[in-house]
Amino acid sequence: MQGHSTYQPKGGVAKWLEDRLPIVGLVHSSAVAYPVPRNLNYFWTFGGILTFMLVAQILTGVVLAMHYTPEATKAFASVEKIMRDVNYGWLLRYLHANGASMFFIAVYLHIFRGMYYGSYKAPREILWILGVLIFLLMMATAFMGYVLPWGQMSFWGATVITNLFSALPGVGEAIVTWLWGGFAVDNPTLNRFFALHYLLPFIIAGVVGLHIWALHHVGQNNPTGVEVKDFRKDTLPFTPYATLKDAVALVAFLLFFSYFVFYVPNYLGHADNYIEANPLVTPSHIVPEWYFLPFYAILRAIPSKLGGVIAMFGAIAVLFVLPWLDTSKVRSGNYRPMFRIFFGLFVANAILLGWLGSKPAEQPYVAVAQAATVYYFGYFLVILPLLGWYEKTKPLPNSIAESVLGGHGTPAGAVAAPERRG
Amino acid sequence: MTMRSESMPMTLSRLARSLAAAAVLAVTLGGAGAAHAAEAGPKPPMQSWSFWGPLGKFDPGQLQRGFKVYREVCSSCHSLSLVSFRNLMQPGGPQFSEGQVRTIAEEYKVQDGPNDSGDMFERSARLSDAFPKSFPNEQAARAANGGAYPPDFSLLAKARTYERGFPWFLWDIFTQYQEQGPDYIHALLVGYEAPPEGVKPSSPGLHYNKYFPGHWIAMAQPIQDGQVEYTDGTPTTIDQYGKDLAAFLMWTAEPHLAARKGTGLVVMIFLAIFLGLLVYVKKKVWSAAKPVHA
Amino acid sequence: MRLARWDGGAKALQPGAAWMREETDLLAATHDAQDPNRRDFLFLATGAAAAVGGGFLAWPFVAQMNPDASALALATTEADISQIAEGQVITVKWRGKPVFIWNRSKQQIDEANAVELSQLPDRLARNQNLPDDAPATDANRAAKDKENWLVVVGVCTHLGCVPISQQGNFGGWFCPCHGSHYDGAGRIRQGPAPENLHVPPFAFMGDTKITIG
Repeated sequence: MQGHSTYQPKGGVAKWLEDRLPIVGLVHSSAVAYPVPRNLNYFWTFGGILTFMLVAQILTGVVLAMHYTPEATKAFASVEKIMRDVNYGWLLRYLHANGASMFFIAVYLHIFRGMYYGSYKAPREILWILGVLIFLLMMATAFMGYVLPWGQMSFWGATVITNLFSALPGVGEAIVTWLWGGFAVDNPTLNRFFALHYLLPFIIAGVVGLHIWALHHVGQNNPTGVEVKDFRKDTLPFTPYATLKDAVALVAFLLFFSYFVFYVPNYLGHADNYIEANPLVTPSHIVPEWYFLPFYAILRAIPSKLGGVIAMFGAIAVLFVLPWLDTSKVRSGNYRPMFRIFFGLFVANAILLGWLGSKPAEQPYVAVAQAATVYYFGYFLVILPLLGWYEKTKPLPNSIAESVLGGHGTPAGAVAAPERRG
Repeated sequence: MTMRSESMPMTLSRLARSLAAAAVLAVTLGGAGAAHAAEAGPKPPMQSWSFWGPLGKFDPGQLQRGFKVYREVCSSCHSLSLVSFRNLMQPGGPQFSEGQVRTIAEEYKVQDGPNDSGDMFERSARLSDAFPKSFPNEQAARAANGGAYPPDFSLLAKARTYERGFPWFLWDIFTQYQEQGPDYIHALLVGYEAPPEGVKPSSPGLHYNKYFPGHWIAMAQPIQDGQVEYTDGTPTTIDQYGKDLAAFLMWTAEPHLAARKGTGLVVMIFLAIFLGLLVYVKKKVWSAAKPVHA
Repeated sequence: MRLARWDGGAKALQPGAAWMREETDLLAATHDAQDPNRRDFLFLATGAAAAVGGGFLAWPFVAQMNPDASALALATTEADISQIAEGQVITVKWRGKPVFIWNRSKQQIDEANAVELSQLPDRLARNQNLPDDAPATDANRAAKDKENWLVVVGVCTHLGCVPISQQGNFGGWFCPCHGSHYDGAGRIRQGPAPENLHVPPFAFMGDTKITIG
């Protein structure tokens, strides 16, 4: 990362190791001495929570794979065997299934935090783009994971989503056949989805490594959006301050997670997925998992097959260019009165889209979804570029330390005189 | 002097107001959705279940009665293919004794083989066997049931639900209402009635049921008052049979429900205490940091 | 807008940077000022809770590798022995392993009975139907009251290969992997295997059937 380690190996073995592989120094510089802005609020804890969730999903996933059979006639029964016979299988599977939802809850909060505080702006564009890439990989992983239990929703979700590619002119059908490895979603599809579902999390872990590297290179944004000026005044060492704060947030998050796992484990799932896949019967009401619903609503809002697919992928693609769409010089939404209104509407609009995605494709839902889709894209493509020119922003604090102290600047000399007792 | 950024509460209240606006919009639309759902039929009435809630667990007596109803009434058409005889004696379930389960298993014939001459043969079931299928395959089941396929019962209570609608689906998180399946199964059994004047089925051989989606169900009313004998003095009504069967099916669908909720309570209490400790430690450490730069 | 580069703070992170020393001093000062015992206890309790919680969390990940409920329930195998001629060995599968059922001839029984316990590398019967300390006499190895029947798990006690029936220097079994010889009672006589072939729990169901497990 930055390579400004304050780690001083004590003892012969530590020094010997550090001369050959400076790994302890690396951990020290990036997880102990790494300076974090002292004014970070709890919205900044979701990065740590997401790292935990990625590890948790990989761990539960690996042990589930020890009992799962990726074969079309046996997959459903093997999942039920996990639920019924494997020691703690019910716990591991509910942790993994609900863990996917928790992962997305955390990632959406993480993304909204970045959008509100302008964390995508220079010099953090690459950091943001890596994040969008992780989000995209997560979606692919979650989608393929949902196919594995081989229930009705697995099968028909896979059918509908892979069919999105058939909208591509000319090559669409060929691509879909290639994805399936046949002429319908079948055993070859299940097999390759299992292989990829196992692979992608490790790719995500790799991109997460880059994401953290980029973060530690440019430093964290903070609620004021004002860059760190004086490390002594503006930052605190990661450990113990951020570590403990992240731990508090993580355990609170685990409490929330556990509530779902132990008390309402099927709440976020769909009843039809407890019926084994049947290629001859489509369930009456197909819905994706909740975390895809906003994008699903955008897909259905456009009354053209290709147009819907383009809009849906465009809704994610637009995030990649967000750093260049927002023209405002001010990072944090805290100092942008008009932006705050539009951002609040954007969040509400996203939730509304999610709800619409769960509704049947009929009026009045389609009309509302169309309006919401217009706002979604309008926010990125019209509002953000224009706001930068027209918005009158509030004055920024001179420094992070000043904002923490409520606007009363501290004379430099006072810093060295803390209230000491005893 | 406070550590927190002054503008944070403002940000949150702004978000909260926006969310409230979204909620109002959703309620308006939800009304339309509810009206739509009403056309599909009445919602199954909610029953009181012993396995509801954070301390919920199955009532073994009820599961044993439910199993009796299943065996005497449903098992001729509906399989229970994911359940094994040994499950009937495991903790948290009907808790039959091993002797009782052996007796039950003896009454079922399962196919085994091949033997040394290469033939398949029938023998009585053992504890490790799953319940044999009621029909050898789906085609045979349809042929015997006028084209309808009697669904397997193993997961039925988790595979059936009904639309809750806004805002109930949000309340369900807090009330832990997870019993849509059993409620629906019970409602279906008590929901047979004469069709409204002038309403005819789309094809012959269908039966009118108040709670079945679309109302016309291939299964004739399967059970009558007094059809299954109870030895423990429980009333032998369709209503009671429906409750007992639905409870039994919830157990077959989620056999580790009691262990799950029991473990959950311990985990939640542990995490709450751990969180309290961490908050304390975090506050102490942060309070020590504050004056340095003040 | 000119951005303050993060690297500018590097100096602040040099070893022994003044602000870090101050932090440390201050932590110590706060520590002294407050009731030290209570604070130490709660810090320790938090660490202990994390360790305990982690330990309990790890258990399901370990336990899931143990045999599942369906594997445990498959503990019984029935074998029809009515067709086994004298001197013949059949192999049946029990818990995924071979079990040998041998209808021994009179001569084979006599040979096994003639062996002194002192000649045996392993003097324990290794018969799960008997107490652990039962001696490895032929009577303790064979089926009770039906001494022509010998039932053993067909897994060499050395490293788990399946021995070949009625081969080797002692007429019982010979393990081709590393050359262990077992006698007519399935007892180890020569080679690296440390124990006699194990006798699984079994029972006769009438005269023609054996239930193993």
